[in-house]
Amino acid sequence: MDFGPYLMLAIMEGALTAAVLALTASGLALVFGVMRVVNVAHGEFFMLGAVLAWWVTQLAGGSPVLGFLLALCVVPVLVGMLAAFVDMTILKRINYDPERTIVATIGTLYILQQVTLMTYGPEARPVAPPFNARIALPWIDMSDGTLRLYWPWGLSITSYKLFVIGAACVVLLGLWSLMTKTKLGLLMRATEQDREMALAFGIPVQRIYAIAFGLGAGMAALAAVLIVPIQQAHYLMGGDPLLLSFIVVIIGGLGSLPGAILAALLIGLSDGIISIFFSPTLAKIFATLFVAFVLVFRPKGLWGTGKP
Amino acid sequence: MMSDSKKDCFAHGGVLLFLFALQFFLPAYHHGNMARIMVLASYAIGYNLIFGYTGLLSLGHAIFFAAGLYGSGLAISQFGFSVGVALVIGVTAGCVLSAVIGALALRTEGVAFMIVTLMFAQAGYLTVLYFGEYTRGDEGFVLAHADRVLWGVSLSDQTSRYFSAFSLFCVSLIMCLALVRSRFGKVLIAIRENEERTQMLGYNVVWYKFCTIILSGSISALAGATYALLFGYVGASFASVEYSIYPLLWVLLGGAGTVIGPLVGMIFMFYLIDLSSGVTTAYMLVAGLVLVFLAVFAPQGVMGEVRSRMWKWLS
Repeated sequence: MDFGPYLMLAIMEGALTAAVLALTASGLALVFGVMRVVNVAHGEFFMLGAVLAWWVTQLAGGSPVLGFLLALCVVPVLVGMLAAFVDMTILKRINYDPERTIVATIGTLYILQQVTLMTYGPEARPVAPPFNARIALPWIDMSDGTLRLYWPWGLSITSYKLFVIGAACVVLLGLWSLMTKTKLGLLMRATEQDREMALAFGIPVQRIYAIAFGLGAGMAALAAVLIVPIQQAHYLMGGDPLLLSFIVVIIGGLGSLPGAILAALLIGLSDGIISIFFSPTLAKIFATLFVAFVLVFRPKGLWGTGKP
Repeated sequence: MMSDSKKDCFAHGGVLLFLFALQFFLPAYHHGNMARIMVLASYAIGYNLIFGYTGLLSLGHAIFFAAGLYGSGLAISQFGFSVGVALVIGVTAGCVLSAVIGALALRTEGVAFMIVTLMFAQAGYLTVLYFGEYTRGDEGFVLAHADRVLWGVSLSDQTSRYFSAFSLFCVSLIMCLALVRSRFGKVLIAIRENEERTQMLGYNVVWYKFCTIILSGSISALAGATYALLFGYVGASFASVEYSIYPLLWVLLGGAGTVIGPLVGMIFMFYLIDLSSGVTTAYMLVAGLVLVFLAVFAPQGVMGEVRSRMWKWLS
């Protein structure tokens, strides 16, 4: 393949990564923004989403379309409810103290991971995509001074991958309108701005916290349901999404939703393109060091307006 | 009636005496375990200085432990240095690394500090994997028995291994005890309790924190270097996030800000995992449950509770 089509392919894969990452990271950003706590177990909610998606599609039996639709509707709700339960039983008791919350969510991380290992097992299991047509993409070629459209071998994307990118956009738009247009969004933003004042105005902050925590985890689970037909479900799959979401949330400015989405796009696309030129390990080293230096020298994030 | 200060010294001396005497009674399996526990407890003591006494929650101490581990391990396997030199190289590596990371990370505070330390440690872990040609990555490498001889004594022999681990633990514990009883230690506790007020009283808070990070990183590296020399195995898992979480777990369990707490937490956690791994492969479940339980019900840990209820004089 020539370089042009190759780059195009990398951008397509990058867009897919960015779409899933934007969903996962906006969940983390939401939780950090509203509750001012760092949820280290976020990656495990992602993992649970994938594992439960496998479980639901198994229950639904033969039809991949039915199973997938069921998983898409049921799994994020289940995971969200579990997260809200964690919030009400654990985080509420430690009064959202930032450091103790980190310790408690690290504990939750291990509990979720190990319980999955005990029940689901150490195998990676695939979920059949509901539809998976291969779409060949054309490329423009300049030869003998005339433009010519042709279909290079290997330059293609599946319809399912396009669907994931589209679905991610729809969900993010939904989240945006939830935050800006609805009463619940208003209450969440009020809690985010000033917890004490929100309490004084009679906003049920405790319930808002539980909802925000559940919604954040639900976003991660939804991202996982979308990606699981491409990437298999495994009990250790939560590590990378957690790290990448951290990176995205920090670069985008802690707690800022638009910043997180923009950063997800940047990271996802550059991840696809950088890994053409460098080894993936070296790319990860640069990415982690980059995050550390952003936090050290620009604690508000690259475009952040939020409080550090 | 003894003064509180004397009681404190006697209590810690008693613990050391007990650990020394223990080697004559323990069966072989637990003999080896105790050597390992004392080395890792020294690592936890290093961590406790920064977390328990100064109140800085670092999530990246594995990088210092690994600096010692790989510093001395690679010095032997790649360059053929002697054990003594390798130990010095390991500690120096940890010392330099902690100075660099400390200088950068101390520009941040709170949650940002945790994430910065976590990210540096992750970069360190990935670097170990990246240079897999020398480090053998996750698989790790083994140091030969013949290379692990200090002053004619083989460190792989059981008795000398216990004794070396005990010496390391003695050094760490006495250093920690002396430090927290000194003026310097009191300032650290003041920083933990109220940073603004300490600063207002004229102490250079950042300088104290910086020195503590270097000290803490060096002790962690010393423990890592000793681990490589005593047990002869160097692997990437010691640089992973888990090994940054473990000392936090041990210290919290035993009691943050108590000198003996890291050892208590380490023994408890080691045998809890040892026993449960006989029952299930998902033994980290125990660690998770303990962490949540500690965060919710006992933020002071075992020795912290003992101090606040019984022995108020305990350092």
